[in-house]
Amino acid sequence: MKYVDEFRNPQAAQALLLQITPLAQQLAADWGRPIKLMEVCGGHTHAIFKYGLERLLPDCLELVHGPGCPVCIMPRGRLDDAIAIAQQPGVIFTTFGDAMRVPGSQSTLLQARAQGADIRMVYSPLDALQIARENPAQPVVFFAIGFETTAPSTALTVLQAEQEGIQNFSLFCNHVLVVPALEALLQNPDLQLDGFIGPGHVSTVIGLEPYQIIAEQYHRPLVVSGFEPVDLLQAIWMVLQQLVEGRHQVENQYTRLVPAAGNAVALAALQQVFRVRSAFEWRGLGDIPQSGFQIRPEYAQFDAERQFFIPGQQVADHRACQCGEILKGVLKPWQCKVFGTTCTPENPIGACMVSSEGACAAYYKYGRLGLSGQPSAVPATKTKVGAAPES
Amino acid sequence: MCLGIPGQIVAITDPVHHLAVVEVGGVRRQVNIACIVDDDHAVEDCLGDWVLVHVGFALNRLDETDARETLELLRQLQETQTTTMSA
Repeated sequence: MKYVDEFRNPQAAQALLLQITPLAQQLAADWGRPIKLMEVCGGHTHAIFKYGLERLLPDCLELVHGPGCPVCIMPRGRLDDAIAIAQQPGVIFTTFGDAMRVPGSQSTLLQARAQGADIRMVYSPLDALQIARENPAQPVVFFAIGFETTAPSTALTVLQAEQEGIQNFSLFCNHVLVVPALEALLQNPDLQLDGFIGPGHVSTVIGLEPYQIIAEQYHRPLVVSGFEPVDLLQAIWMVLQQLVEGRHQVENQYTRLVPAAGNAVALAALQQVFRVRSAFEWRGLGDIPQSGFQIRPEYAQFDAERQFFIPGQQVADHRACQCGEILKGVLKPWQCKVFGTTCTPENPIGACMVSSEGACAAYYKYGRLGLSGQPSAVPATKTKVGAAPES
Repeated sequence: MCLGIPGQIVAITDPVHHLAVVEVGGVRRQVNIACIVDDDHAVEDCLGDWVLVHVGFALNRLDETDARETLELLRQLQETQTTTMSA
């Protein structure tokens, strides 16, 4: 595929690794400890595992997998709210497929559907709007999840519904914002991070300016990266160069799709339809100030939180689940007590095992863990023992 | 979740509602192109554009010049290393 295959070129990856290794070794020797970089976005986590990049990087460079997986950070209480809406008589509840198996406190959307709720998977919020057009007598609710990448699509769908005068369409809005989550992580004393690989597709919407606070106030380098292996290696190289030179700036590796100012139309749609919540609860991270969107009062007719009764309970995570520590990067997935035993992609206890972008699911599928459950020392090409067969 | 795939706009199907057909790796589907239309780039100018497709929307245009520049930089890096190693 054009603009994809070129960025999977093994020779370019090799050339970048030859740059990365000595820089990382030099920094680790100077600082007397490994270098820790966080890739924020779940899409990056997935790509890092899919292409085995962790195994190619030197041991002194650790990638910490961040909270950029909208499904993984959805707290159980919000899932309960979604299920409560879906179970109301006559409601057609629409959702991206990713959210179907995320555990609430009692069940999942998939189980609620099996029990009779009309829950339909859609590819786009526009598909949900089409269902509303076709079923004018029934309320159609779209489960709006996702970061700033996805939020413009739901905002534009609301504007389309308004323009057409569609009365039976609403959003259950759970959109979240990247930068407040990074700030919350940086304020956590348990977590030592030296720099960030910034999310490419969030940035195609918001541009580079919102990350300045990370560089200026928290003095960490951040490089916005694309999603192919060569993109990620180049971004890692750029962060290491900054660290070696003692710089902390916002830089852009993904220039082909990230203009510095983001996308003006998308930002205007966000501004028109949404406002920032005073706080939003993240699974494992708790309430984070100014970290989510809600629908503006002017668009109240499209706000499922105003249209339906919602329990709105905060529900603690499952006792055995350590998704919170995983999302903060404090624990590695294989250090969680239930990883790969009672918590598997087929029967997830925590959301990090649900989404293919969750750190646990990525380790489970691609992690090449030995029989002990810890990363095996055998080179990837020779490894036969995996925690799970690839599905 | 933030998955986006580059595709090329091959037809404008409904200029009023900003709908176009994008080909992604040989597969065609309808996408909304509202985000890439502005005063300087009208709907009809979008034909042939490479765009990032995410949940049925074209989120941004792909800058082909920037893509080539990144690849050129990587090519130069490989070349420098080959020269250094064979020297």
